[in-house]
Amino acid sequence: MSGLDFDFAHLLAGSLVLISFMMLYQDRLTALINVFALQALVLAMSVAWQAYIQAAPHLYVTAVIALVFKALVIPGALHRIIKRLGVHREIETVVGVGPTMLAGIGLVALAMVVMLRVTAAADQLAREDMAFALSVLLLGLLMMVTRRNAVSLIIGFMSLENGLVLAATGAKGMPLVVEISVAFSVLIAFIVVGVFLFRIRERFDTVDVSALDRFREAQK
Amino acid sequence: MALIRDLAIQATQMTLVLALAPLLTGFIRKLKARLVRRQGPPLLQPYRDLMRLMKKEVVLADNASWLFRVAPYLIFAATWVAAALVPTFATGLLFSWSADLIAIIALLGSARFFLALAAMDVGTSFGGIGSSREMMIATLAEPAMIMIVFSLALLAGSTQLSSVATYMLSPHVGLRVTLGMALVALIMVAIAENSRIPIDNPATHLELTMVHEAMVLEYSGRHLAVIELAASLKLLLYVSLIACLFLPWGLAPAGSGGLALAIGLASYLGKLALAGGLLALFETAIAKMRVFRAPEFLGAALMLGFLGTLLLFVSRGGLR
Repeated sequence: MSGLDFDFAHLLAGSLVLISFMMLYQDRLTALINVFALQALVLAMSVAWQAYIQAAPHLYVTAVIALVFKALVIPGALHRIIKRLGVHREIETVVGVGPTMLAGIGLVALAMVVMLRVTAAADQLAREDMAFALSVLLLGLLMMVTRRNAVSLIIGFMSLENGLVLAATGAKGMPLVVEISVAFSVLIAFIVVGVFLFRIRERFDTVDVSALDRFREAQK
Repeated sequence: MALIRDLAIQATQMTLVLALAPLLTGFIRKLKARLVRRQGPPLLQPYRDLMRLMKKEVVLADNASWLFRVAPYLIFAATWVAAALVPTFATGLLFSWSADLIAIIALLGSARFFLALAAMDVGTSFGGIGSSREMMIATLAEPAMIMIVFSLALLAGSTQLSSVATYMLSPHVGLRVTLGMALVALIMVAIAENSRIPIDNPATHLELTMVHEAMVLEYSGRHLAVIELAASLKLLLYVSLIACLFLPWGLAPAGSGGLALAIGLASYLGKLALAGGLLALFETAIAKMRVFRAPEFLGAALMLGFLGTLLLFVSRGGLR
């Protein structure tokens, strides 16, 4: 593998982490969905590049799945959902942007330290991919923890799954069946969560999940 | 003989930055005016302003101390030395052993320190507001700048500008996401440091928004001229720094002949014009931020610097 091949893979995977940070920074729902679509697009490019340098044609299928479902279908559906819920202009502030970013940097550092220690024997590309994948995954989790709006929670979950796809493409020999089933289970989860969103709104008149907490407090 | 030649080139560099700095400011002003379809001041207006200010008498507040009178010259000297250290058209100059990124940051930091002190010296409220805001911006911009320097130094193995520029010209730089992040972060820091538009408006005298202008409000005559010149020099310095680190093409290598120097000079002028054009375009297109949003802007720069450094550890050659 030549240096430029590696550099390009590194560039794309690094951009994924950067876009995860952009998502943490974004507090408008519409912009958040657009950034998520951008992440899926970069993910598709990254997977396609891996398919090219690993000469693994089945990864192209994964790239197409990422492109079609995550960059087009799901963001489109999310845009429609927030329009119908009437929250498309909402701005949410839970924890400040600064502390969240710092926590995110800490998580990325943690991911790198852990992955580089654990995978000392693997080849360079896989190690780098694993470290980035774990970072994206942890940043997705961080987003789910810091946000209160149910729609942002969904986006955090989906971006976490982007990290999984990145990890799967970095590890050679992941069968296509597994990837397709993961993609579809995520899609089904998305549909279920979408239905849930409307149920929550029907019940509580809001998609702010802190309303659920308050409800539980009231039940006690 | 070689020593005299080296000295001459170094002296050319020092006078060049001094001579070009007001021109760059004038060029940006003219371009910004043209972009909003105004005529704008002539290109040489900053020189005329400086000449006029030089001739005017200095009006000092009654309670101004010696610091107030000395500060402009200190600021100017520190900024000029820093600007003269950055390789503009040639690397490997006589003083390039001292052209260290950290030294440049320190020089600019001391210039800022004296400016803030002098602004508070007379005791007007504007000076106080200006210095406190400037310090708020600086406490965020400087760590970001240091992080950028760290990531570059880790890559190039040196904080010396000449060696970094040589490394950037060598083929084993490759395509690096860290460099992209460092570039964006450096541009953000440069915008904040030079009090350009999203952070501060260089053309305003509106009480609520000004930062740099509030600090120099009490200055007049030749003191003001020197401070204005230092501000232009600082802008030129950051443009040269970005050009030298990220667009080092055309830089004449150490000990090269007249032709290489001429190419270096021409490419430097081209880079200045390009940077000035982009800055004018950016400033016309964007609105000023509220002062309290500046920490977010610079926090993003700091974050990019951090992330760039972290990503370096998983890049090619960084895995251990």
